[in-house]
Amino acid sequence: MAEIKSSRIEVSDGALVPDKDSHSLFSAWKISFFGAVAILIILPIVWPDPYRDILKFIPDGILKTFQVTILSIIFALIIGLFTGLGRISRITIINRIATIYVEVVRGIPLLVQLFYIYYALGKMVHLPRMTSAIFAMSFCYGAYLGEIFRAGLQAIPKGQMEAALALGLSRSQAIRKIILPQTFRIIMPPVGNEFIALLKDSSLVSILAVSDLLRRGREFASTSFQYFQTYTVVALVYLVITLFLSKLVAIMEERMQQHER
Amino acid sequence: MNDKPIIRIQNAVKTFGRDIHALKGVNLEIKSGEVVLIIGPSGSGKSTLLRSVNRLETLTSGNIWIDDDSVTDQNSDIRKIREEVGMVFQSFNLFKHLTALENITMAPLTVKKTSKKEAKEQARQLLDRVGLGDKEDAYPGQLSGGQQQRVAIARALAMNPRVILFDEPTSALDPEMIKEVLDVMLDLAKEGMTMLVVSHEMGFAKAAADRVIFMDDGNIVEEGTPEELFSHPKEDRTKTFLQHIL
Repeated sequence: MAEIKSSRIEVSDGALVPDKDSHSLFSAWKISFFGAVAILIILPIVWPDPYRDILKFIPDGILKTFQVTILSIIFALIIGLFTGLGRISRITIINRIATIYVEVVRGIPLLVQLFYIYYALGKMVHLPRMTSAIFAMSFCYGAYLGEIFRAGLQAIPKGQMEAALALGLSRSQAIRKIILPQTFRIIMPPVGNEFIALLKDSSLVSILAVSDLLRRGREFASTSFQYFQTYTVVALVYLVITLFLSKLVAIMEERMQQHER
Repeated sequence: MNDKPIIRIQNAVKTFGRDIHALKGVNLEIKSGEVVLIIGPSGSGKSTLLRSVNRLETLTSGNIWIDDDSVTDQNSDIRKIREEVGMVFQSFNLFKHLTALENITMAPLTVKKTSKKEAKEQARQLLDRVGLGDKEDAYPGQLSGGQQQRVAIARALAMNPRVILFDEPTSALDPEMIKEVLDVMLDLAKEGMTMLVVSHEMGFAKAAADRVIFMDDGNIVEEGTPEELFSHPKEDRTKTFLQHIL
């Protein structure tokens, strides 16, 4: 059977996801990951000043970055679930609201949303920085995750719903017991990728003076004037984290494909 | 077999969009315990008719009753009716994330609120009955097509339906698996289950069907016993169709 190739190309904006086929000793992923780890180990050994101080200063920021990322992804998943359900809803008004939300959020840069929620809305309701940051991140990523949920829900064959209805289940029982469990499974890898993207985007919250990894770096650099050294470490730490997580996503994906067979 | 019809279809009309008339006023009665086979070319409306009986398709006009409960009345409790009407699909539609046993217990647990213990016991009996007693922990992906369809039949039986609708139950199966599914269906027919079957399986029709209905172009063209319809068709359209499939 001749396969028709579409002329559309797809390039992920996420971190490098290791290719299953590249089991070679020096895959791009291995070079990047172990290279970054090696540099992070060697630097403070060769030049204890300032690298040791930098590495002592930023772990608080790493924790904060994870805190923002994890809390945001949890809220974003909840928003995304309802948005995805709304997007496939047959009730026009619900469908409209969900679609408008997705379109609006995707059309505004995350940085602008952060400013808007913290500074503009902050004029009316004062929210703590951390709350604003998490609110903005979840609001934004809720729309992206909503699209993933929508795609996942639509990927479940129609026959699954029909079989459930034919057995006497209600629509909402069918969604909860039959459709969603299957959806969760297939959206795991894309959600993992969104988690990585969110972790990287969480560096934007440093602009609200949330002392995440990037903010801690800035603080160190501005007092020590060691800009090059500080940002080198910050960049490497982000790189190690995202590469590690993308490996996890790849493993998850592979496991799932095996389960399918 | 008693004489009171369990399914009554009255002047069923179904149109898709403006131009497609899937059903053009079908009348049909199925008695309790009857096994009725619907044959006809693709696009003749036979699947649409079957799917209207449990309202997976909504009729444009006309009425369908199961006993005295109206399927077509939008105010009737369709879920109650669906509990009484089992359905077996061409593509099995087993719940992919659940084991064979869980597929069968899903509806009794969720809809009938049967106790877990009881539902499991019943499911094991049903699996034994369709010859898959050793497959209760298998996921659909680990089963052959024929095995999946037998689990699907067991799943429908778990609700103790009064009627089972079969929508081309063997069409998606490899030839060597068709028999194992038909055998289960034959047993059901012998036990007196009311069955409405869309299928071209002549062997099953001759062995089990009380009536065969030939549909074409949204209408019932001709009906009769398998012997009458297959050996002495009256209508030209029936003759032409039978030549194609025999």
